[in-house]
Amino acid sequence: MEGYNATILSGIILGVIARIFMLRSDYRQFPGYPHGHVTHLGLGLIAAALGAVAIPALIEKEYTAVTFLALAAQQFRDIRNMERQSLAELDELALVPRGKDYIEGIARVFESRNYLVMGTALISSGLTFATSWPYGVLAGISGIAISSYLMKGQNIGDIAEVVPSKPYFKGSLLLVDNIAIMNVGLQESRDKIIKEALGVLIKPKDDNARAILNSVGQRQAILQIAATLLGSKMEVGEPDWTPIARKDIDTGKIALYIMPIEPDILPLIKAVKMTPVLESSKVLPLKSAPGRQAAD
Amino acid sequence: MNDESILALVVLEEVRDNVSSGKAPAFYVTTKKEQERVALLVSRIIKAMVHDLENGVYILVKH
Repeated sequence: MEGYNATILSGIILGVIARIFMLRSDYRQFPGYPHGHVTHLGLGLIAAALGAVAIPALIEKEYTAVTFLALAAQQFRDIRNMERQSLAELDELALVPRGKDYIEGIARVFESRNYLVMGTALISSGLTFATSWPYGVLAGISGIAISSYLMKGQNIGDIAEVVPSKPYFKGSLLLVDNIAIMNVGLQESRDKIIKEALGVLIKPKDDNARAILNSVGQRQAILQIAATLLGSKMEVGEPDWTPIARKDIDTGKIALYIMPIEPDILPLIKAVKMTPVLESSKVLPLKSAPGRQAAD
Repeated sequence: MNDESILALVVLEEVRDNVSSGKAPAFYVTTKKEQERVALLVSRIIKAMVHDLENGVYILVKH
C-alpha cells in the first residue's frame, strides 16, 4: 500500500474534522463532558481511518478489507447501545427525565454520526486518489456541509405555534387554557403556582404536527429541555412542581406547565421551539390517503 | 406512572362519613388550617402529592 499516503491522510483528517464539527452541536444532548468528547473523538478517528483506507484497499484488490466495514458497523451499533444504556441509567435519578424516546434519538444520532464520518473520509480519500489532495479536501468539506444539513431535522418551532398562557386554578384543578394539568391539594402550593408558574400552549400547525405532539416521549423531551434551560423548582418529595405537558383531547394542542427558576416567558417559548422533533415520534399521517381524507 | 396508590387520607372531622379508610391510614383533623399542615408534613415525609377532593378530604398519592 505504498503511495497512498496523501489519500489515507486526507481521508482521516477530514473525517476527524467532521466529527469535531458535529460534536460542537451537542450542547443540549451532552453538556460539557470532556471524557465523552474523548471517547467520541477516538471512535471518530477509527471511523475516519476505516473510510480512508477503503479505496486504497480496493485498488490493491484487497477485497477482504471490505469485511472490516462490516466490523465497523457492528462497532457503531455498540456505540448506540452504550449511549442508550448510560443515558437511561442517568435518567433514573433525574428530576425531569429525558424519557426513552429522547434517549433513543440521541443514541441514534451518535451512531449515525460515525457513518457520516466514514462517508466523509471515503469521499475525501477517493477524490484525493482520483485527482489530487486539494480536491479531496474540498470534497471532504462539502461532505461535512451536506452531513450537517442532513442531520439538522425539524424543531417544534417548525411544526407548531407556541404562545404564552397563564396557568390558573378552578377549585383544586390546575388548568392552562382549558386543559387540566393536575389536582393540587395544598393551598400554599396553589398560591405559589399562581405567583410563579409559567405556561405555554403548543398549537400544531397541521395534522402531521398533531400526531407528533401526541407522542408522550416528544412531550417529555420538550419538558426536559425547558427544565434544563430555565431551571425547574422540582425537588425530591415535592411533586407539586413537576413540569407537565397535557393534550387537549379535542384539538390536539398541548398545554405545558412549569415552575422555572427563571420566570421569563420568552426564553421558555424559545426553549420549547428549539426542541428537536424526535425521530421516534415522527409520523406523517398526511402522506397517506386515509390520513388526508380524515384531515378535512 | 406505575402503581399509583392512595397512601394516606387527611380528613376533616366534620366530613368523616365522606370516606372509609381501607388500606391507607386516615388522619382526622378539626380545622382547615390543621388539614393543610398535616397534609404538608405527611406528604413531605412519604414523598407523595396532596390532592384535594373538594369535599373536605385530602388524599396523598404517590406518582
